[in-house]
Amino acid sequence: MTLETEVGVFVSGVLNYFGTTVQQAAQCGTPHLALGERPEMSDYTGVIQVSGKRTGLVAFTAPKSMLSVMLMRMQETDMSHENLCDLVGEIANTLSGNARRDFGHQFQISVPEVVSGRGGTLAYPAQGRPIVIPIEWRNYHARLIVCLQ
Amino acid sequence: MDAPLHRLLVVDDSNVIRKRIERANELPEIEFVGSARNGREALELYSLLRPTLVTMDLTMPEMDGAECVSKLVQRDPGIRILVISALADKLTAIDALEKGASGFLCKPFTDRQLNDALRKLIGAES
Repeated sequence: MTLETEVGVFVSGVLNYFGTTVQQAAQCGTPHLALGERPEMSDYTGVIQVSGKRTGLVAFTAPKSMLSVMLMRMQETDMSHENLCDLVGEIANTLSGNARRDFGHQFQISVPEVVSGRGGTLAYPAQGRPIVIPIEWRNYHARLIVCLQ
Repeated sequence: MDAPLHRLLVVDDSNVIRKRIERANELPEIEFVGSARNGREALELYSLLRPTLVTMDLTMPEMDGAECVSKLVQRDPGIRILVISALADKLTAIDALEKGASGFLCKPFTDRQLNDALRKLIGAES
């Protein structure tokens, strides 16, 4: 797969996730390489480690306000820190798992890890170049970060 | 009203997803009886709750869904298991079915897709 095709797999996954789970479309901005700086992390970040034929990580990072509204749209009334962590991890898991449709069975994914708080950093693979896919949903801004070798 | 015929156990490491499946079930034939966070908990609860239907995630800590499907089917060959997973490749679905699952639903899903899959699992008319 070309890099463009690979990024397209994740963009399609994001659009499908929002359209299906919260039934309100999201828009993806222009994906870009994070050159020279680490991608900015928001309030909550769900991280999936990828192993097998490809190695690296997939991370979904979003503000608390956005995740809270998403929970409401899912009829969830518990907006606790635990549930916000749960949701951001589940989104990262779903977007990574869905990518196996195109990347194949050897695209192995971990259970999600969750980082809360801005200003954290992720352990990117040494040779990896993180690609940032900006996501806009109801005026909230999130990012999907894909860094695969 | 007739009593529900089927007893549902929901297995997923996400609390949000477990509650969503419980809420979304609108089939009167299905009674929610409990939920588990991983395969090990599911096996423990099976002995207590005797579910007849299970929704099963695959990627979970401690014991994953594939192993749990095999063990549940060994204990109860008549149990009906709907795997609900984000792992969207065909081999994963085939592997789950070969281990004894009765159906596969890919995440993300709508409430309608979930109910359709549960309806198929119990062989009910839509």
